Amino acid sequence: MRLSHGGTIDRSKPINFTFDGQSYQGYAGDTLASALLANGVKLVGRSFKYHRPRGILSAGSEEPNALVELRMGARREPNTRATMVELYDGLVAHSQNRFPSLRHDLLSINSKLSPFFAAGFYYKTFMWPASFWEKLYEPLIRKAAGLGRNAGLADADTYETGHLFCDVLVIGAGEAGVKAAYEAAISGARVILCDEQAPSDAVDMPSVKYLPRTTVFGVYDGGTYGAVERVADHLAVPAAHQPRQRYWRIVAKRSVLATGAIERPLVFTNNDLPGVMLAGAVETYITRYAVAPGGRAVLFINHDGAVSALAAMGHSVMAVAAVVDARAESSPVIREIAAAFSIPVFSGAVIQRARGRLAVESVEVLTRDGGVVRFDCDVVAMSGGWNPALHLTSHLDDKPVWNDAIAAFVPDGLPPGMTAVGAAAGEAINLNIVPLWSVPGADAKAFVDFQNDVTAADIRLAKQEGFIAVEHLKRYTTLGMATDQGKTANVNGLALMAMATGKTVPQTGTTRFRPPYTPVALGALAGPHRGKSFKPTRLTPTHEWAKSLGAVFVETGLWLRAQYFPKMGEDWLAATNREVLAVRQRVGICDVTTLGKIDIQGPDAAKFLECVYTNSWTNLAVGRARYGVMLREDGFVMDDGTTARISEQHYVMTTTTANAGKVFQHLEFCHQWLWPEMDVRLISITDQWAQIALAGPHARDVLQKIVDKTFDVSNAAFGYMAAGEVTICGGTPARLFRLSFSGELAYEIAVPARFGGALAAALMKAGEEFGIVPYGTEALGVMRIEKGHPAGNELNGQTSAHDLGFGKLLSKKKDFIGRAMAARPALMDQARPNLVGLKPVNEADRLRGGAHLLAHDAQPVAANDQGHVTSAAYSPTFGHSIGLALLKQGAARHGEIIRVYDPIRNGDFLAEVVNPVFYDAQGSRLHA
Amino acid sequence: MRIVCPHCGERGLQEFLYHGDATVTRPRDGGAEPTPEWTDYVYFRENPNGTHVELWYHNAGCHAWLVVTRNLRNHLITAVETAHDVALGRSS
Repeated sequence: MRLSHGGTIDRSKPINFTFDGQSYQGYAGDTLASALLANGVKLVGRSFKYHRPRGILSAGSEEPNALVELRMGARREPNTRATMVELYDGLVAHSQNRFPSLRHDLLSINSKLSPFFAAGFYYKTFMWPASFWEKLYEPLIRKAAGLGRNAGLADADTYETGHLFCDVLVIGAGEAGVKAAYEAAISGARVILCDEQAPSDAVDMPSVKYLPRTTVFGVYDGGTYGAVERVADHLAVPAAHQPRQRYWRIVAKRSVLATGAIERPLVFTNNDLPGVMLAGAVETYITRYAVAPGGRAVLFINHDGAVSALAAMGHSVMAVAAVVDARAESSPVIREIAAAFSIPVFSGAVIQRARGRLAVESVEVLTRDGGVVRFDCDVVAMSGGWNPALHLTSHLDDKPVWNDAIAAFVPDGLPPGMTAVGAAAGEAINLNIVPLWSVPGADAKAFVDFQNDVTAADIRLAKQEGFIAVEHLKRYTTLGMATDQGKTANVNGLALMAMATGKTVPQTGTTRFRPPYTPVALGALAGPHRGKSFKPTRLTPTHEWAKSLGAVFVETGLWLRAQYFPKMGEDWLAATNREVLAVRQRVGICDVTTLGKIDIQGPDAAKFLECVYTNSWTNLAVGRARYGVMLREDGFVMDDGTTARISEQHYVMTTTTANAGKVFQHLEFCHQWLWPEMDVRLISITDQWAQIALAGPHARDVLQKIVDKTFDVSNAAFGYMAAGEVTICGGTPARLFRLSFSGELAYEIAVPARFGGALAAALMKAGEEFGIVPYGTEALGVMRIEKGHPAGNELNGQTSAHDLGFGKLLSKKKDFIGRAMAARPALMDQARPNLVGLKPVNEADRLRGGAHLLAHDAQPVAANDQGHVTSAAYSPTFGHSIGLALLKQGAARHGEIIRVYDPIRNGDFLAEVVNPVFYDAQGSRLHA
Repeated sequence: MRIVCPHCGERGLQEFLYHGDATVTRPRDGGAEPTPEWTDYVYFRENPNGTHVELWYHNAGCHAWLVVTRNLRNHLITAVETAHDVALGRSS
C-alpha cells in the first residue's frame, strides 16, 4: 500500500497502467514492481518448472521472480524484470508462464509432481526411446516450462551504437560511485558515470558525463567496456528518430567499480511465496517508492546489515511481528532498534517454514529452545548477508576470493585499471555475520535459485549423484543458469554444496561470471546494422542509368549489379537469351566496374608482379595487357585477372569482384612483409574508375565513334590484349583495354567514375545504328561459361592451377607465391578433378550446379563420385544446357559419356564430357 | 582489444584483421620443391602460452601490416611496429 508521505515518487503525476488486463494507478518515479506492490498486487508470476506462485523478491536488476511480458505486438518483450521497468502512462504488462490465469495455473500440478522434476529429471526421464525426444518430449517440456513469449514480429524499434572515451569510468552511482566520480572530476579527469537506475537528483556534476539507465554489462581487453543505455525504455514508444537503446563501447584509462552488493535470500521451506522479500528491497520500497509491501512483517536475519530495513519498517505504517535472528546472540544495534519499536527479537531462532497459498500468510519460527512459534504476517523480510556485485571483475579471467570475516566473495585480481570501492569491494557489509546457508529441515520447497527452481534438496541430490565439482553442480541442477545468472542464488548454492561435502566455500570454488551482467537485446548489439543496412550497399557508376532502362539488380558481395534488362513481357531467361544473342551477333555493353582495380607503380613494379603472379611479366611490353593467375602460398589458386602495362613503371591490375579486397590486402602483405626492399606502391582504384565492357562483332564500329580521332583503334594499331590511355567524347581521359570475357571482339573502357553513366549513355547512342543492347551479369555469366572461363564457382579455394587448365602458366624460371607448394605431387595429380565442359546427350536435359558425376554405368553411391557440376547455364548460342564441371582425370576424358546425378532435384541423365571452351575454341573472334 | 597503430594511433579491434604468427619467415629463394621447410612455413604454428609475435592488418585504417607483440593469456599488447620496418630490419 502507498504511504502518505516520503519517497522520491511524484504524487502530482499519477500514471495509469494495466497488469493482466486489470487497470491500476501509480506515480511518476515508480517501477512496475513498486506500483504493483502499492496496489497490493503480490502474485506476479509463475515459476519456470513447478509453476509455483511467485512475487517480487528484490528491488533491482537481480530480480529472479517478477518477470513479465511488457508491451504489446511487435514491441512485446518477454522476461522483463518488473523491478527495472519505470512506470509510464499506458504501460501494459502481462504475467507469463501460466495457464489459463495467474491465480489458477493448471500446470501448478508440476509442483505436486516435484519429486519427478528434481535436478537431472530431464536427463534421466526422457532418455528413452530416443526418437520420442524430438517429437514428443521436447515440445511438451517447452510448452510446460519456460518463461515469456517472443513477440514473433520484427523489432519495431531502432538502436544505435557508439564509442565513448574517458579517463575514468565510474560504474554505479550510489554513494561510493558519486564520491569517486566527484573526486576524479575535480582532479581534471574526463569522467563517465554509468548507473543502471533512473536518473538521480543526487548526481549533480556538470563536468561528469552521467549516463543513467545505463548498464555496464561487460569488461573487455584494453580498457574497453560494453554498456547499454536504455534511452527510451521508460517511454511508451520512443520519440521520433529516437533509438530505443544505445550500445556504447566505452574506452576508459581507469574504471571504478561501485556496483554495491546484492542481498542473499535465506533458504527455508516455501521461501518463494509472494511476500517473502529481501530485507533491503523492503527498505527500498518504503524509502524510495513510499510503498509498504504489506501490513505485518517478520524480519529474518543473520547479520547487522538489516538494521536500516528494520528501522524503515518501524518508522512506516508496517507492523513488525518479530525479528528472527539466527545468531545465538543478536547485536546490540538490532536489539536497540527493535526495542525502540517494541518488536520482540528471537535470537538463535530460524524461520523453518512459511505458509500460505498464493502469498505468505504466516511463518513457523523454530526458537532457540526447540519450540515452534507461529506468526501471522504478509511480509517476510529476509537477509542472509550481501554479496559484493563483483561480476565485472571476473570478465577478464580474474577470480574473486572468499573473505571469511564477511562470509562473502570479494574482488581479488582486477581487470587492468579497475578499482573496486564501497560495498562492491566488500566494505561495510555483513557486520557480525554468522553464515546460515539453509535452515534445518530445508526441503524440496526451500529454494536456492528462484528463477530456475533449484532447491536445497536438488543440491543435496547433485552431491549424492556425484556432481560435486562446482561446474558440474551448475550444469546438473541448472543453478545460476537462468536469465538472472544466479545473482541471488550462486553463493547460497555453493555454500550448500560445501556443507554437503564437508568442505569450505573456498575449497568448493566459485563459478566465473561472464558477460553480459544483465541480458542485452541483440538489437542493441546490432545497432543500425540490420535489414538492408546490415552491410553497406555499393552502387556502380552506371546504376542510375541501368535503373532508367528497367534493369533488375542482383547483389554480388556488397555491390548491386544489373542482372538483366527485361523488355516488356520478358522473364529473366528470355531477357538473358536475347542479350547473349545480341552480343554474339551485334554488340552490347556491360558495367564491369566491380572488378577490383589496383594501381601498381614503381621501378620494381614488374619484379613485384613476377612474385605475385605465376606467369611471367618482365617481358610484357608497354601498351599490352596479360592474363595472370595468383596462387596462395599453399599452392591453390587464389584469384585471376588481367594486368595492363600503362607505362614503363605503371601497371593496372584487375581482380575478380569477389576477391578485390582480399587480393589488395595480399599484395600489401607481399610488399610490406615479404619483399619490403622492392620500390613499388599500390593503391586500390576500384571506386575511382568506372569500367564498361563493349563486346560484339560491331564493338570497334561503336568504339571508333566515341574515341577521339587522334587515337587509332584499328585492329592493326590496337590488337587483341592492347592497352593504353586515350581520350573519348572530345577530351575525356579514358583507359582502353582490348580484353574479352565474352569471347567476342571486345574492349573495356575505363573513365573517371563520375563519367560512368555518361559513358554508358554515349555508347548506347553510338551503338544505336548497330543494334546495341545493355547486358547484365546473367548474360555475362552465360557467355563466360560458353567460353569456359573459370570464375568464383571454380576458383573455390580448393582448385589448383592444373585443375583449371592453367598448368602452363606456372613459370619454371622464377620464384612466385605458391610455387613450391603447388609442386606437391597430390596437387599435380592428373587424377584430381579438373575442369571439363559438359553437354547433355539429350539436349532437353538441364544441367544444374552441384549435380554429381558418375561413370555412366556406376551405382549412385558416394564411393563412385567422380566430381560435380560447378557452373551451368542454358546457352542460347547452342540451344541447349551447358556446364562446367570438375571431373576426375577430366582433361583426358573428352568424348566420354558420363552420368549426371542430382537426386534432390530429380536429375539423372547422361552427358558428354567436352572441351570447357564451347565457343570459338580457336579464339578467332577475339582477334577480329 | 585496442591496438596502437604507429600511423593512426590507438584504435579498436574492429578496424584490424588478424593474420597470424610473425615469427615464421618465407624461405628465401626456396626453390620449386615443396620441402619440409616450406611445409613448416605454410602450415605449422606454435600456440605459445604467453607472448606471441603476430601480424595484423589495419584494414579500416592505413592499410599497414603490423607486427604486434601480444600475450595470448591476457591479450596485453606490449609492442606494435610496422611490418615494413621489421621486414627491412630482418633483410638487412
